Amino acid sequence: MNSDNFHLFVLPFCIGVLFLLIFSVWKYWRWIRGFDKLQRAKIRKNIWTWRFLPAIWEAFREGLLHWRITKKNLLLGYMHRSLAFGWFLLIVVGAVQARLAFPDGHPLWIAIFFNYFEPSYSIEFPQAEFYANLMDALLIYVLSGLFLAMFKKVWSRPLGMKRTTRHTLMDRVAKFALWCIFPFRLLSEAATSSLYGNGGFMTRWLGNVLSSMGVADPAFELTCWMLYSIALGTFFCLMPFSRYMHIFTEVFLIYFRQLGVRDSDRKTGYTMFELSACSRCGICIDGCPMNRELGIVNMQGVYMLQSVRNLELQKNAEPIAENCLMCDRCVADCPVNIDLSVIRRQVRIKNKAAIDNKNGYGYLRNVQPFNSIGRVAYFGGCMSHLTPGISHSMEAIFNAVGQKYWYMDKDETICCGRPLLQQGFENQAFELRRKNTEMIVNSKATMLITSCPICYQSFKKEYKLSIPVMHHTEYINMLIESGKLKLRKDDRRVTYHDPCELGRGCGIYDQPRNVLKATTTLLKTKEEREHSLCCGFNLGNPLLDLEQQTSIRNAARDNLLAPKPDTIATACPMCKKAFQHADNVPVKDIAEIVAENIIKPNN
Amino acid sequence: MKKFGFEISKGRQLNFDEMKSDKVNKLLEMVPSYKWCIGCGGCTAACSAAGFTDFNIRKIHTAFFRAQYEGLDEQLNRCMLCGKCLLVCPRGVNTRSLIINMRRILANVDTVTWRPQRELKSKNEGGNNE
Repeated sequence: MNSDNFHLFVLPFCIGVLFLLIFSVWKYWRWIRGFDKLQRAKIRKNIWTWRFLPAIWEAFREGLLHWRITKKNLLLGYMHRSLAFGWFLLIVVGAVQARLAFPDGHPLWIAIFFNYFEPSYSIEFPQAEFYANLMDALLIYVLSGLFLAMFKKVWSRPLGMKRTTRHTLMDRVAKFALWCIFPFRLLSEAATSSLYGNGGFMTRWLGNVLSSMGVADPAFELTCWMLYSIALGTFFCLMPFSRYMHIFTEVFLIYFRQLGVRDSDRKTGYTMFELSACSRCGICIDGCPMNRELGIVNMQGVYMLQSVRNLELQKNAEPIAENCLMCDRCVADCPVNIDLSVIRRQVRIKNKAAIDNKNGYGYLRNVQPFNSIGRVAYFGGCMSHLTPGISHSMEAIFNAVGQKYWYMDKDETICCGRPLLQQGFENQAFELRRKNTEMIVNSKATMLITSCPICYQSFKKEYKLSIPVMHHTEYINMLIESGKLKLRKDDRRVTYHDPCELGRGCGIYDQPRNVLKATTTLLKTKEEREHSLCCGFNLGNPLLDLEQQTSIRNAARDNLLAPKPDTIATACPMCKKAFQHADNVPVKDIAEIVAENIIKPNN
Repeated sequence: MKKFGFEISKGRQLNFDEMKSDKVNKLLEMVPSYKWCIGCGGCTAACSAAGFTDFNIRKIHTAFFRAQYEGLDEQLNRCMLCGKCLLVCPRGVNTRSLIINMRRILANVDTVTWRPQRELKSKNEGGNNE
């Protein structure tokens, strides 16, 4: 009988736990100290509020139940849930079981290696049988997830993933250790059961099998427990250096996010939390247009984070960070909601520091604003100069509702600065933002309306303007809802292309659709809203050549043409330009469609 | 009126033998589409910055090609990278990449890892891909 409360085989486990504890505390402490001023201020402001409640709920829903992954694919969700939630329940129920069996307290390892230390518990406490069976059921639950994980390694498509991540050596070793834990646990419990007849329905059955095979032997039992303990210890020791650090880090990340902390343009302690919270699940790979259309699979979010986090991979960080459309599709797909584009921009900013010279814009000094008290300011954006139909239509709409306006960039445009910022030229972008802010503030305009989603996102998020900023689709929608603008409905059937910067970037999905529904018949496409496809001509990726941009464009176009529309509608001059020469179906901006259908008040 | 930057310039001599072409070669290596340029000047005509100042991207990259680097870095800082030149180019030259890379080369920034797309595409990399 194992009456002692200690055996040498628990040592690997104990060392692992101790190492993990000390190392994690040290790491997290360092990262928290690395938060910047703004992030600290947010934490100080919100720490004594009830925000920890939604954080606990989200941590439970995402960390254990893996809700967002389940929404993507049921089987994939089951796999993650059974491993995470199943293991969590094993630990919790195991702790309760040990507590009931040892009411006077017990060392930590008793709960983990319970069956070994308490082989005759069935007479000690009343629900012992129930707990033993429950633990067995939970182990089956975890093992079923493990089986799916192994299956996914061979064939991932039934789990909703066309491509899986290529892992580093450390990650593979850690995964192997993790995969060993549960089979060894089952084997050890069965080996103990073959000697003492304890355990639940499955362990007892397997124990009988072992006895009938003649391996019911204390030496065999001890070996199994030793292997189980080594697997646990190895996994815990490797955790801080592998992707499995995400297990704890995600909880912290969720909490900080609920406190209102966001990433900045510099790598901070919060970025470190984001880097470690990436589980390298590889869900970002499948949706990425670079993978779908061009077969480029070494630059997606997961590899970008890996290259920033791992010291030995940092030499790859630069080309990986540059080679991206910044369409935010991965951000929409990420089950951990990591702000991948911001981290990518951090790398770009670091790379461009040497050539980020802000002294080039002296020529803007003499540009003066127009005194526009009581007017709205209209900013067409650089690209709408190449698609003048949009700005002409906007002028027609302003005139139809009798709105006085100042067309800010009628003759010459000062860029909003976002294209520069996306490429990492933060000082230069700041100069342009300062000039535009000065223009808008001095003009005393009451509202800013822009036709370009890139400018819109910039004005909305990067500028600190005190007046409302609207994209023209929002503005037209507002006019329709307030009854100022009357539109006739024509018999056109249209499909709508969600521009990346407007949809995923700013969350404007419904307003453009409402406007289109008011004038035309809007058809559904297969991939729309947050799953919309990038038009390929977006300014994020400086490395793509025309042919590659075109193939990305064609995929998005085919998606739009599938329901056989009469017109393709979009809300971005760049997307319009991209689709324009693609097919015989006309491509129109929403403003143009609206301008064609205005009912003049006097007739 | 748009100023295209064409004006009577002083007489000058280009000695093709003395042209140091390592920078140009580097640029061609990083932006292969550079060699497709026919010098039509569409980029300059569409340019946002050229509306305010005598920034002339066609002139700049022609000068770069002829290895006349004086003053180019200062000129290039005026670009707002808005990307209009990219959309009007009839030859599909990646003008934005051209500008960024000219700046990098002129500033002697290490560009070892900066390679065109074709070479970045990894073959048979990644996990299983049925």
